[in-house]
Amino acid sequence: MIALKDIKVVFGKGTPLQKQALNGVSLTIEQGSFVTVIGSNGAGKSTLLGVLAGDVLASEGQILIGSTDVTKVATAGRAGLVARVFQDPLTGSCGALSIEENLALAARRGEKRGLSAALGTKRREHFRERIAELNLGLENRMRDRMDLLSGGQRQAVSLVMATLAGSEVLLLDEHTAALDPGMAEFIMKLTQKIVSERKLTTLMVTHSMRQALDFGHRTVMLHGGEIVLDVAGDNRKNLQVEDLIDMFRKMRGETLDDDALLIG
Amino acid sequence: MSVIAFWGAVELGLVYAFVALGVYLAFRVLDFPDLTVDGSFPLGAAVTAVLIIAGVNAWLAAAIAMVAGAAAGMVTALLNVRFRILNLLASILTMIALFSVNLRVMGKPNVALINADTMLSPFFGLGLRDFYVRPLFVGILVVIALIIVWRFLESDAGLAMRATGANARMARAQGVSTSRQIYLGMAISNALVALGGALFAQTNGFADVTSGVGTIVVGLAAVIIGETLLGARAILLALIGCVLGSILYRIAIQLALSSDVLGLQASDLNFVTAFLVTIALILPRLRRGGAA
Repeated sequence: MIALKDIKVVFGKGTPLQKQALNGVSLTIEQGSFVTVIGSNGAGKSTLLGVLAGDVLASEGQILIGSTDVTKVATAGRAGLVARVFQDPLTGSCGALSIEENLALAARRGEKRGLSAALGTKRREHFRERIAELNLGLENRMRDRMDLLSGGQRQAVSLVMATLAGSEVLLLDEHTAALDPGMAEFIMKLTQKIVSERKLTTLMVTHSMRQALDFGHRTVMLHGGEIVLDVAGDNRKNLQVEDLIDMFRKMRGETLDDDALLIG
Repeated sequence: MSVIAFWGAVELGLVYAFVALGVYLAFRVLDFPDLTVDGSFPLGAAVTAVLIIAGVNAWLAAAIAMVAGAAAGMVTALLNVRFRILNLLASILTMIALFSVNLRVMGKPNVALINADTMLSPFFGLGLRDFYVRPLFVGILVVIALIIVWRFLESDAGLAMRATGANARMARAQGVSTSRQIYLGMAISNALVALGGALFAQTNGFADVTSGVGTIVVGLAAVIIGETLLGARAILLALIGCVLGSILYRIAIQLALSSDVLGLQASDLNFVTAFLVTIALILPRLRRGGAA
């Protein structure tokens, strides 16, 4: 379960560049629910994800992940609750380490790391099995450096990494945006499979309206740091991509009108 | 080159192998260009020499020297992590400060250890010539240090440190406190370098405040020579490369200085060092085909 209560985030407070990135966002996501988030550039999607991951600390409001109040806990401190796949395949894994070393690192996410060998026979075998499930042939390349893999392969491994250790929430940050269409489709299918098999509470930020409506149980649209649309169930089923695009246009139109008023 | 000169070079190479291992941890594992070593090497020598003269057991003295080195490393880490000073600059500040600290520790620029009981004393006069005993003794310590560093880097904790240097953002997302890793890594790195200094003082019979000049270059040379020879892929190979690189570097210097044809003298050492390191830096590029 995730609960955001009236979250406000201000960047560059007190400077001429001050920007209200989130302006009182409240959002509750039930256990096992899969929520997609859309919004134009600067709408606050990345900030919302940052607030959940701990990269950005909220200026006001409260964040609960599971039953833990993490409002003031930075990224490393809440990693045990948050699994994450980044947009850039290079960010989510360590290019200089081997595939199995990356997995070993992720298997201890949020736990204390001791002095025992990171890669024993048993763990190696376990990792191999998990990677073999991807059907990408990577199980024979476990000792290859991560940076020898393609972007899509790295994202697939990142998804496995996200599920090796338990977590309260899975955050997906436009994790197919950097991939070619075929690979993006593969990764989305894999995501769907992992999320439903493991009943993960998931929040996926996406640029694709299609993805936003096709996947998950609920869609949230952000604009100007606020939630402007929150649909689930039948309302969502009847929603078409065209409707979303219309809403985007309207929103942009409104801001133009506002500006016109100000200038007028 | 005489036999004694050869084994002398090997011995010095083994002493500096600790520096190479420390530099490897800082530069390669943590991606932290750390010049603190120019101060923590003579710090290790100074602390050991002063304590041994004061009658402290030589092993204990070396252990305390390592603690002192670790503290120096943590000061650099503090400046970088807590006060956000650029890593290279933070280490230069600590290095400069350590010069004064080392003078305070010794009370004078140079302390002699002639006839004092060192870690090596019990092993002299057991039938083996002294110039064999020294490299053998230091070599055994190097092997022990190498195995410990190797096991550490392949443990869960070591993996966290390697991730910190390679991809800090990813490391944090995996729950690794990257600041803590920098403190820890800098402490271990400089403790190793200080141990090198401690052994330098005991094998050479003195501690000198200027003996730290260029330590970083020598350590880096060893790391790069090792990578050129054995590659940087596997951790164990990279660490063995550090040790081999350090020894080969000393032999190369010894050869250059003892060759009559070249006409070099001891005062040319720094130039020869810079020249050899430059070669070691250029060679891998040339081999890859594209000289940049």
